[in-house]
Amino acid sequence: MEHRKPSWFNITSLVLGFSFLYLPIVILVIYSFNASRLVTVWGGFSTKWYVSLLSNEQMLDAAWVTLRIGVTSATLATVLGTIAAMVLARQGRFFGRTLFSGMIYAPLVMPEVILGLSLLLLFVSLDQARGFWTIMIAHTTFAMCYVAVVVQSRLAGFDRSLEEAAMDLGCPPVKTFFTITLPQILPGVAAGWMLAFTLSLDDLVIASFTTGPGATTLPMKIYSQVRLGVTPEINAICTILVAIVTVGVITASLISKRQQVQRERDERMAIANQY
Amino acid sequence: MDREVSSQSYSKNRLGRWALIMVPYAWLLLFFLAPFVIVFKISLSEVVVAIPPYKPVIDWAQGLAGFVEAAQQWSLDNYIWLTEDAIYLNAYLSSLQIAFIATVITLLVGYPIAYGMARAPKAWQPTLLMLIILPFWTSFLIRVYAWIGILKNEGLLNQFLMMLGIIDDPLVILNTNAAVYIGIVYSYLPFMVLPLYSSLEKMDSSLIEAAEDLGCPPMQAFWKVTIPLSLPGIIAGCFLVFIPAVGEFVIPDLLGGSETLMIGKTLWVEFFSNRDWPVASAVAVVLLLILVIPIVLFQRQQEKQKEAQ
Repeated sequence: MEHRKPSWFNITSLVLGFSFLYLPIVILVIYSFNASRLVTVWGGFSTKWYVSLLSNEQMLDAAWVTLRIGVTSATLATVLGTIAAMVLARQGRFFGRTLFSGMIYAPLVMPEVILGLSLLLLFVSLDQARGFWTIMIAHTTFAMCYVAVVVQSRLAGFDRSLEEAAMDLGCPPVKTFFTITLPQILPGVAAGWMLAFTLSLDDLVIASFTTGPGATTLPMKIYSQVRLGVTPEINAICTILVAIVTVGVITASLISKRQQVQRERDERMAIANQY
Repeated sequence: MDREVSSQSYSKNRLGRWALIMVPYAWLLLFFLAPFVIVFKISLSEVVVAIPPYKPVIDWAQGLAGFVEAAQQWSLDNYIWLTEDAIYLNAYLSSLQIAFIATVITLLVGYPIAYGMARAPKAWQPTLLMLIILPFWTSFLIRVYAWIGILKNEGLLNQFLMMLGIIDDPLVILNTNAAVYIGIVYSYLPFMVLPLYSSLEKMDSSLIEAAEDLGCPPMQAFWKVTIPLSLPGIIAGCFLVFIPAVGEFVIPDLLGGSETLMIGKTLWVEFFSNRDWPVASAVAVVLLLILVIPIVLFQRQQEKQKEAQ
């Protein structure tokens, strides 16, 4: 659908649609620089809420806990999710495949309250002390499914004959994976890690269920403050989170775009050199 | 000799294959499937003031006898309780209704956006796609929170409308179902637009031209060609919005009011405020039973799409 010119209707719906998506976030960011404590009255520009955040130790503690959980669970989820994607994309039929793919797709749509409650009851049954590790396991479990889906779509798009050629030449499967498959799907794996990390960073419901004493994550902290009302400090912390995510996503997409351009150039060179 | 080597490497490969499958499989069985069995078990228990706050507790030290002893005390009382107190039935029905209406609105809002994206010049499309995905990476909680300041009585929307002279008194939107709809549509819009866009983008525009050349009016061509061809995207998008919206907690909690009955919130209150774990578990089991049909349909559709690719 490319050669038709977009109509006025198309342009209007895009403008309205993207305004709807971005206006609330833009307003939130603007009001984080509001000098007035009343969040809906503009009282001049100020960065004082950011300064007061820096001395808010509970907030900083929560941020540190969130970051640690995010990095560990995203890493573990990426390993497990990549293996799961390899299983789904390369292993064909095996006993219990339907159940396996069901367990991969179900958490994508499963209401968070159910995932949270069920994991908590598991940890209680196992008599497991709750805190950092239980949140980490919970996040790994649902994030690995997202990673599996992202990596699987990457695996579906690449030429299997490369793997087969390597194996035919006697390369063991594990080595084939690390030397042939992994470099090819690396952008998908990296995107999967980032997705897992942001899912963990965002999660309120599952963390609230599976947490224990001493492990308060940033969303839990924000949520407990939001319930008391809208304050400029929350706008400030939200702005910081939005900024981190935006910079991360844009950098990642620029890097992958540059790699793609580089790869295409290499391929063209290789073809040109043949003649 | 040759055959021996190959059969050896074959069995080694098979072992490797099973090890590969078992790692994620075992993880999901332990941390995804087993918890549901436990939820089901606790939904048959009785609430007590203790740690853990339910009984019976299976005494595994006694082996099978402990299990049998506990199993004899299980009952369906919590499920009977769910049918007796109208609040649960109402919460289920109203969750389904809110999720359904919100899904329809999201489709109506999302379709023109996805259509516009698919029609946009090829060079813009990656940027537009990223602009749709970007909010999805931003915290859900933050995006819901952002609406509180806009929808409040003295919020920006009311200030704006009063400034324009459209209204004289502020509209009450926050803490009503209207705010919940806005919240769901806003939060889940990318889930609707992405599958719609990917099915519209693949569509061959010469089909529409053919229809128009044969004298089909544009509107009719849209209904008879574009809509049917984008049906997989419509179905996937609706599932991705509807299923999680039914069990949504954050949106009804922060934007909804006392009139907003949603089962995710009921479950949360049962668990955290009333500390009634068995009833919360029963609520979860019934919610899961309601959602299992759409979830299975969604999985089927995803697998079918994968095979079609």
